[in-house]
Amino acid sequence: MPVKSPFHERIAPLCTSYAWKHWGGYYAVCHFGESHLPEYWAFREACGITDVTPLFKYELRGKDAARLLSRMMVRSFAKLRVGRVAYTCWCGSDGKVIDDGTVSRLDEDHFFVTAAEPSLSWISRVGRRLDVEIIDSSETVAALSLQGPTSRDVLKQCSDADMDALKFFGTTRARLDGVELRISRTGYTGDLGYELWCDASDASKVWDALMDTGRDYGIVPAGIDALDMARIEAGFIMLGVDYHSAPHVTIDARRSSPYELGLDWCVELDRDPFLGQDALREEMRRGIAWRTVGVEADWGELEELYERYGLPPGLVPAASRESIPLYSGSRFVGQVTSSVWSPLLKRQLGIASVEAPHASLGSSLRLEHTVLHERCTVAARVVEKPFFDPERKRRP
Amino acid sequence: MADTYDAIVVGGGHNGLTCAAYLARAGRKVLVLERRPILGGATVSEQIYPGFTFSSCSYVVSLLRPRIIRDLELSKHGLEILPLDWTLSPFEDGESLLRGPDPEMNRRNIARFSPRDAERYPRFGQAMGELSRLIKPIIEMPTPEPSKLDLGTILSVLRLARRFRGLDEDAIAAQLKMLTMSAVDFLGEWFESDRVIAPMSVSGIIGTFLGVRSPGTAYVLLHHYMGEIDGAFRAWGLQKGGTGQVALAIARSARAHGAEIRTDSPVASILMQGDEARGVVLENGDELRARVVISAADPRRTFLGLVGEERLEEGFAKQIKRFKLRGSSGKVNLALDSLPEFGGYPADSPVLRGGDITIAPSVDYLERAYDDAKYGRFSRRPCMDCVIPSLTDPSVAPPGKHVMSVFVQYAPYHLKEGPADWENQREAFGDAVIDTLEQFAPGLKNRILHRHVLTPWDLEQTYGLTEGNIFHGELSLEQLAFMRPAAGWARYRTPIRKLWFCGSGAHPGGGIMATPGQLCAETLLRSRTV
Repeated sequence: MPVKSPFHERIAPLCTSYAWKHWGGYYAVCHFGESHLPEYWAFREACGITDVTPLFKYELRGKDAARLLSRMMVRSFAKLRVGRVAYTCWCGSDGKVIDDGTVSRLDEDHFFVTAAEPSLSWISRVGRRLDVEIIDSSETVAALSLQGPTSRDVLKQCSDADMDALKFFGTTRARLDGVELRISRTGYTGDLGYELWCDASDASKVWDALMDTGRDYGIVPAGIDALDMARIEAGFIMLGVDYHSAPHVTIDARRSSPYELGLDWCVELDRDPFLGQDALREEMRRGIAWRTVGVEADWGELEELYERYGLPPGLVPAASRESIPLYSGSRFVGQVTSSVWSPLLKRQLGIASVEAPHASLGSSLRLEHTVLHERCTVAARVVEKPFFDPERKRRP
Repeated sequence: MADTYDAIVVGGGHNGLTCAAYLARAGRKVLVLERRPILGGATVSEQIYPGFTFSSCSYVVSLLRPRIIRDLELSKHGLEILPLDWTLSPFEDGESLLRGPDPEMNRRNIARFSPRDAERYPRFGQAMGELSRLIKPIIEMPTPEPSKLDLGTILSVLRLARRFRGLDEDAIAAQLKMLTMSAVDFLGEWFESDRVIAPMSVSGIIGTFLGVRSPGTAYVLLHHYMGEIDGAFRAWGLQKGGTGQVALAIARSARAHGAEIRTDSPVASILMQGDEARGVVLENGDELRARVVISAADPRRTFLGLVGEERLEEGFAKQIKRFKLRGSSGKVNLALDSLPEFGGYPADSPVLRGGDITIAPSVDYLERAYDDAKYGRFSRRPCMDCVIPSLTDPSVAPPGKHVMSVFVQYAPYHLKEGPADWENQREAFGDAVIDTLEQFAPGLKNRILHRHVLTPWDLEQTYGLTEGNIFHGELSLEQLAFMRPAAGWARYRTPIRKLWFCGSGAHPGGGIMATPGQLCAETLLRSRTV
């Protein structure tokens, strides 16, 4: 049975839809009001505030902390500067991804790691015989995500942090209504946005301060459904949806390497040894079998397809986690694992795993689409990901 | 002198820009000339008061065709349409009716006035959606010309007819009624409560000089139901940063395809050589030449102004002179220090955030508002449609402050004292609007930081809408399809050779639809004139 997050007291009365789901052992709101769409639009036009406490959080302290992380992760942490955050994933010795998350360097010997699944035993195993203290702060640290174009203005108003100096993937300590916390310029929406990390006992105070200041900036409490739409537009993969944690599955076909997930950019292969290094080298030599790509369905064909049934195009502006087959001719070549009709971009978009020969930009595929119980296909194309990448996300 | 351009488009509103974008996309060398210092025509946003972005004229987006959005890649160029889902209609006794995306809520709310209406409401929406779907191809293609029965016309009529085949008699009857009845009578066939009928009937009179009980207004009702977003009908939205951003997105797309766009370039006349348009003469005397000239101005301004009556054949000139423009609405834009309650809903209610507020408390109220207009006065107690875009899009106002857009009907262009008397009556008109609103939103008056009143006279003088008509011509039946703007000239050509016509005065009509601009460009390209 899930437990209540430290923000529950504030969030529960606002959740007039009673639409809750389980996330990481907590109750999480799917959507607060009758529809998730106003919450989605808040992410894109004003700012949405979401409780992300269910993320798993770990602190690593000690002179070997950077060494532990470099050994565990696919990238090195020796050179990550204090006050910077890096996105990364980690593999087993088979070179298959276990989980992904962010690592913040809070001090020379002090790191903060987020993960989608419990990872304490894994980190501890990698850290055996190293001088590192590993603290599971999953329950003691409460987390909020404040995302959207006005999120910076809200934090400027209610915190003492120098928000203009806080760069994309930077992190800083701050005071907010007397509460000590940490702000990082990170998030899961692909927009300008921040994540706030505070002591669980300060949760209500932080929530109140943000909501109070946010009123003038169009703040809207946002649930997981809206967040899921935004993350697909941003092209972010999700554990348990777009890929599976290697140790949790039984057959190799369900495991993915960082290359297959499109995380090539965060793998630093030629350096001191890390978990999975040999397997990844071997994969590079052999060639990468699958790729994770962006896919867009052809609107004209969708419209024609629905027209044949006398229906308007029934595309739903909600994230779908249903896996949908992709074909080249009549041959199965992959699957869309997350999809959404983006009301912002007016495109039917998906994140897909496809066989490498079909993964290049512009590749033509057929995407299964069900109309009135009947499985049909429409044309689809491999397109650039992220689908939505506003300049404000990175802008100083 | 050689032609400098393949085409010159007169007018940088959304239709002129769309036409230019399609031509440029097809590789043609295009120049757009806009009279004002900013683009957009009536699709415009301006900082009339520092820090507050007013969408001065057009304030909601609904009819912009999905195909145009995709063809011109408008999302990439800044088009972002936020949905408007709710309609709040306050009544004079303090009660109000809220309708929105939640069918259960609609049923409960309407049932307070009539349980029967509550049950019929979703069926009505479905029926209107069905009618919209039937009509959709008509507004997405050039209108057939009954006078020119060529093969293409016959085929297109047959294609249309196929859609209507197999409709049952009820559906056909509904269709016919739709075309001929008044909005109130049409709604009266579905609903019994005045409190349901009155707010819903308003869509039937927007931009027309008719009352909700005038025949023909039922069609205008449908025109407003055709708004389509993402394949869903009856969908309305707000553009991020103000309506003007729609025009700017189209302009960016046009420029990306190589179109040249000049502001501050008023056109004085069409440059003629014999009976052929050869370019334009600017007000500063410059002559610019092109293989074709396309006017996005309204029909009256185009033919009687830019071309000149003396160059028109008498019958055509008569039709253009008779074309009904007669503006009937005004606009009041407010900068607000904070928000009051509306119809009992607090300012931070999600209802106001994504919705509009219709001041149409009863059918009699609406008719009385029309009575004023019939006799050349603005409505003392007008019908209004209010939107507060800053609630969903904080970028249009300073933090905590708001902009409110109030569409007001009736404000007849032809005042009893003559249209120029609007200069003397503007503030009294503004007062009538605010006083009426104050009744439904107590405390509004004291929160106003700035008031921007636009009368139909201003819409003409500043934005170039003849007689202040927001649609470049009423959407009445005799002015639609093959009659728009004149019988025989509804397919974007004009009686002047090499002069084409792409404004809202062409088929399928007004609103931020951009179809006239698109269809004109496509017809022109197919004709191989350029």
